[in-house]
Amino acid sequence: MPLSTQSQTDADQYILIASLDNARNLSNILKAISFKDHAIFNATQNGLKVTVEDSKCLQANAFIQAEIFQEYTIKEDTVGFQVNLTVLLDCLTIFGGSTVPGVCTALRMCYNGYGYPLTLFLEEGGVVTVCKINTQEPEDPIDFDFCSTNVINKVILQSESLKEAFSELDMTSEVLQITMSPSHPFFRLSTFGNSGNAHYDYPKDSDMMELFQCTKIQTNRYKMSLLKPSTKALALSCKVSVRTDSRGFLSLQYLVRNDDGQICFVEYYCCPDEEVEED
Amino acid sequence: MDCVATGGNVKVLAKAIYSLSRIGEELYLEPVKEGLALRSVNSSRSAFASFLLSPLFFQRYQAPPDQSFRCKMRIKSVQAVFKSLSSLDRSVEKCRLHLNSEKNRLTITLHCKHGLLKTHNLSFQDCESLQAVFDKQSCGNILEAQPRLMVDTVLHFPPSLEEVNLSVSSDRVWLRNHVEEDSDSSRAMMTELCLNSEEFDQFTIKTQTSITFCLKELRGLLGFAESSCLPVTIYFDEPGSPDTEKPPDDFMSDDMDSFLIAMETSELPEPSHVATPPQAHPSNNRKHPASEDEEEEQEETLPEIPPNKKFCSLFFGSVLPFTSRLANQTIQEVLASDSDDDSETEAS
Repeated sequence: MPLSTQSQTDADQYILIASLDNARNLSNILKAISFKDHAIFNATQNGLKVTVEDSKCLQANAFIQAEIFQEYTIKEDTVGFQVNLTVLLDCLTIFGGSTVPGVCTALRMCYNGYGYPLTLFLEEGGVVTVCKINTQEPEDPIDFDFCSTNVINKVILQSESLKEAFSELDMTSEVLQITMSPSHPFFRLSTFGNSGNAHYDYPKDSDMMELFQCTKIQTNRYKMSLLKPSTKALALSCKVSVRTDSRGFLSLQYLVRNDDGQICFVEYYCCPDEEVEED
Repeated sequence: MDCVATGGNVKVLAKAIYSLSRIGEELYLEPVKEGLALRSVNSSRSAFASFLLSPLFFQRYQAPPDQSFRCKMRIKSVQAVFKSLSSLDRSVEKCRLHLNSEKNRLTITLHCKHGLLKTHNLSFQDCESLQAVFDKQSCGNILEAQPRLMVDTVLHFPPSLEEVNLSVSSDRVWLRNHVEEDSDSSRAMMTELCLNSEEFDQFTIKTQTSITFCLKELRGLLGFAESSCLPVTIYFDEPGSPDTEKPPDDFMSDDMDSFLIAMETSELPEPSHVATPPQAHPSNNRKHPASEDEEEEQEETLPEIPPNKKFCSLFFGSVLPFTSRLANQTIQEVLASDSDDDSETEAS
């Protein structure tokens, strides 16, 4: 296979090598967080974490465990760099993203370390492409300080029903209001648009509701423009967990199955828009 | 007002709203004891559509105690409630329309599968009563066809085509696209379709004539008729007379819908029509005050060959006996404001 014709000396210099038989297992999940140009990559023994942030209020993370890769070698405890995500996605889909079964792009992603570009070897149907993408010094991702002990309300829903609600959300509303409560309305998404308001209520006994752990009524508003990109992650996922903590910070965690049925995770953290008086 | 529609009727309601959105930008809602009237009119007041959903259409129907309630709202806001039209019958079990008169809100609640409840609170404005004037009994020409025939016929015309000409003889119907005289005839594409009288369920022609009307507005209604599998009946007379088109037959005697769509016809600027004495038009106008604003302006131009078209209204009316009483009542009504606020009608 062409990718293995790299010289052994080259391979020794790389501090990170990650290979996939199907590049879509990486590109699809990265598309779910690609609302900004730049992404922070952080690789550890456990796998790859890719972070995208927006205006210090929103953070999206994609986790691709080491087990997903056909080959995963890391020579340091952590390897971090920043790249242009749009360019990376363009390279990963350089062969056109064909959906013909059996035909997929193989990927070998290599990194020499600080100051070196991220090198991608992509192969499909015997044709090999080499891409070198410049890397930057990684910024520190914001720590939203969201921990499970502070979680007040949590629900896990099957994505199917939430997908419908998100696709219908009134975009003329500046905010998306999320109400979680141990009593009615249980789990409610609200918008306040030009023609009036709308509410989507999910009862706690709905068969779409896999877990319902709400201890106290909370109503929080989040900027619609910040949450809209999460629809991409929702579209890929089969389950989503929605959690809010004592500060009203929102955590959305999406369970995504890739082409080979393996599980990856995407999560979004969002700050609340403002203090809301409960009505 | 409180109405509940269930099952497949929710989709019919959504399609009616969609069809009305092809006519105008506002949805006029008027719940009366005969049913819920949904209407729309275009900005030039030359096309009008009305759907009357009888109480039997609903699982529960409660008109407001004072019969004079009516309101209007942006039709796009109502359409937004019924997104994903194709899956509506699979996902929505029940739809409730409830008027909250204290808060001036119309609440539309959709009970969907998996327990999901969608509630939309829409603001509305008070408005005048929207009626149109017509008399289908006076129309000499009647064509009735399955919606499929009409849809297949208009398919041949580009979606952007505004006006179409319908000509009838004793045994044939021609449909042609209307081309402006001043447009470059070497570049214009003429499309002509000829239908034999046998293609129609009913073909009654008393006067061989030719009328031109706006196709765009008709398409919305044809779409509805096709999806509801209801035949369409066209009533018309000479240009200058109202032309009535009505789709439904009473197949569904329980769910009685009736349609009214008013559209305008224009007479062709041909010598034979110019010869029609101008006096005929004023008399027609008196019968049909609906279009009197436009008629009065154009009467003055009649002595010359009018470069512009002359417009009259044409309509859809229902055949259902139950609602034909209502249809007769509308003859006395005028397309004008009942209320003190006349600013709407004056705008036309």
